[in-house]
Amino acid sequence: MSTKRVRTGQHFMSGDHACAEGALAAGCRFFGGYPITPSTEVAEHLARRLPEVGGVFIQMEDELGSIASVLGASAAGARAMTATSGPGLSLMLENLGLGVILELPIVIVDVQRGSPSTGLPTMPGQADIMQARWGSHGDYEIVAYAPWSPQEMFDLTIQAFNVADRFRVPVLLMADEVVGHMVERVEIPDADQIECWSRKRPEQPPNGSFAPFEAGEDLVPPMVHAGEGYRIHYTGLTHDEHGYPDMSAETHHRLVTRLVEKVRRNADQFTRVEGYHLEDARIVVVAYGCTARSARRAVRLARRQNIPVGLLRLVSIWPFADEALRQLVPDDATFIVTEMNLGQISREVERVVRRPVRGVFHAGGAMISPEPILQAIQEAAQ
Amino acid sequence: MRREIRIAGFGGQGVGLTGFILGKALALYDGQEAVMTQAYGPEARGGASSANIVTADEPIDYPFIQQPDILVALSQEAYNRFRPTAKPQALILIDQDLVTPDPDDNIHAIPATRLAEELGRRIVTNLVMLGFFTAVSGLVSRQAVEQAIQTTVKPATIPLNLQAFATGYDYAHQPEGSLPEAEQERVA
Amino acid sequence: MSASMLDGTTSLRGTADPDRTAAQIGAAINVEQHPLDQIIRAERMPHIWCPGCGIGVAMRAYAQAILDFKFPVDDHVVVSGIGCSGRVAGYMNIDSYHTTHGRAIPFALGLKLANPKLVVTVFSGDGDLVAIGGNHLIHAARRNVDLKVICVNNFNYGMTGGQAGPTTPLGARATTTPYGNPELPFNLPYLLAASGANYVSRWTTLHVRQVKEDILYTFAKPGFTFIEVLAPCPVGFGKSNNIEDGLEEMELYRQRCVLATDGDVRAEELDIDLREERPIYVGRFIDRDRAPYQPVVIHAPGGAKEG
Repeated sequence: MSTKRVRTGQHFMSGDHACAEGALAAGCRFFGGYPITPSTEVAEHLARRLPEVGGVFIQMEDELGSIASVLGASAAGARAMTATSGPGLSLMLENLGLGVILELPIVIVDVQRGSPSTGLPTMPGQADIMQARWGSHGDYEIVAYAPWSPQEMFDLTIQAFNVADRFRVPVLLMADEVVGHMVERVEIPDADQIECWSRKRPEQPPNGSFAPFEAGEDLVPPMVHAGEGYRIHYTGLTHDEHGYPDMSAETHHRLVTRLVEKVRRNADQFTRVEGYHLEDARIVVVAYGCTARSARRAVRLARRQNIPVGLLRLVSIWPFADEALRQLVPDDATFIVTEMNLGQISREVERVVRRPVRGVFHAGGAMISPEPILQAIQEAAQ
Repeated sequence: MRREIRIAGFGGQGVGLTGFILGKALALYDGQEAVMTQAYGPEARGGASSANIVTADEPIDYPFIQQPDILVALSQEAYNRFRPTAKPQALILIDQDLVTPDPDDNIHAIPATRLAEELGRRIVTNLVMLGFFTAVSGLVSRQAVEQAIQTTVKPATIPLNLQAFATGYDYAHQPEGSLPEAEQERVA
Repeated sequence: MSASMLDGTTSLRGTADPDRTAAQIGAAINVEQHPLDQIIRAERMPHIWCPGCGIGVAMRAYAQAILDFKFPVDDHVVVSGIGCSGRVAGYMNIDSYHTTHGRAIPFALGLKLANPKLVVTVFSGDGDLVAIGGNHLIHAARRNVDLKVICVNNFNYGMTGGQAGPTTPLGARATTTPYGNPELPFNLPYLLAASGANYVSRWTTLHVRQVKEDILYTFAKPGFTFIEVLAPCPVGFGKSNNIEDGLEEMELYRQRCVLATDGDVRAEELDIDLREERPIYVGRFIDRDRAPYQPVVIHAPGGAKEG
């Protein structure tokens, strides 16, 4: 069975398929989704593969139903996921908030395409970045990753499940059409080499006194699943530690603060960045997802011209890696942010470094090539 | 060194599968880096479609082809559409019964469809062409491609696909094959 | 189903004494333990529902059915959406999920498919299930997924003060239809029958016993089941439409309800307008055995798929 669950070995695989295989390797056993380019291959692959490992694949009537079904499956104890693209993510956002307030671990894969609206269905974009962060109403923190290769579509899908389960949060995998569709070598480790962070479970047996939303030091309450005898109540209304609605400003402030702090305080356990040639860099390019591939090429080419430039790649994009940016990068460095939108993460970089940054932006439809990034580096070097 | 390959034809000629097998051979069995990309959606259906491979001996950052070093054209429309995107001196492989090229091009021609029909299955035209490509380009080893074929196609069709591949490969070595001397040396 | 199911509804007269206050009644009935205490979250009482509201009657029937059913109480899960009926999830002392507006059914579907041993009931209102959640309702019925739906229909959005909804009759007054509703309503049994549900019935909050028996019946009935329970909303709907109070609406039910026997009701006769002197057909309209939804299961490696 384990050979079916984890397809150990080297594969030549698309990012979307690698994401699906990552989900299976992470133990995902429920997928509810609605076909949408360019994420459909994730659903198609899981439609074939989930029944092989005893999991459930269901094609829902829309994305509203997709995310609701995934939340329900998570509440019943399953590792559960959906995959979509911009228009579908827009429809999912109300229930993303439900996932936040019910503290249900789920994974949402967004293979971004050209947007807004129907936009460019078959072409790449990176313009859902702020939507992922702020799209659902209200105050919350979200966890999101940005894979830059099919290999990371595999690795970060597993990471997304682990963070979702450990901290009881929805986690987004903010992929793009380029990494979703490109085919590259993917190494899948042995099953016993795959890290698994499990859900925190209650220590006390079912009895009347259990408070399902009482959290410990790490602000994460232990999770109870439906049918275990605890007779829990979950509500999207503001609730107290027992899960019961409590329409008071005090309880509301306490709940929302805990939900936000739960992510902020634990962020060092799941934010990730990678640096290339940052040691002596005076110019720093910040990039993520497929755009970071072009950025690395540009940095390599610039280094051949003896320009002291480095790349800071955001592997996780939310919560934003404020500390890493401060620590890895010299105070007086010149920043260039490149992304397939007209300036989203650049605002976060400006917030952290407290000065304007140069942008190499494109609205989407085609991956930004190394040339304009190299040009910006050369201009910054003058 | 970075090399860019575009394999183009009309829908149903197995262009995507050909690119996949080639990329897999390079990335898994020949110790190279390789990335395959394709056009998607309505614009990719019908007409001329293509599979694109970038290969290199170092990590490939930018995954798309910019100016192919090699163009494989399985139809006239594919040749007409994609010839201008390739380098002027690009190596160009064509099905000689389906494509009339510019005489100035660096052309290597094979009657791939006809050879596939002689094997009884026109559907393996792409594998005949892949064999020819392997022999002519010298970019990828015969063993690697054969391994990629065996791990990719349905088990029942492996013998036929290997036979088609061998047919194309061997055609490049026949005296009537239109290989220039320099290319023949490289293949050998 | 025989006409005898209606018999229990005729003896309601005189059960309420308008001269006695609630406190007096409470003082007169001094009971240490209510039989439903174990399954109702007593600490959550009093509930939010208005005097004369019918939702509590339907919830009580649901609670009794759980106790009467052969499965352990802890195998039952209730999922609600938003609205007055959606608050049922908060009052039932079982695993309960109060979700977002319209999404109770797909949430419940995820629960059920991830843990098939659960008996998953969706308890919500007409606005939640049929308007904002209408697409999920018809698709869950089409799939015939094993969910038990109890839909309290009070012809309006009660919690937010009486706006028109998908069941509000043509011409009826609501806060958003001050000149009378210009739209035609859904006929829920007809909608659910067409969508593919295995079981469809309609009762009113007057039919306490039938509602309970039907819920019990659907617990054991595979596939998607749908029970519509007509309920008074004296504050939201009644006051704007010349129905004095909950009791008067119950009286209308008593006078007009006609038990439908197989095949004798045309679809359009299932339409309801309390303001008109016409029969309200109740009963079991659909009881069939379409194959319930089952996820694909593969047995042997590379083996054939099963149903």
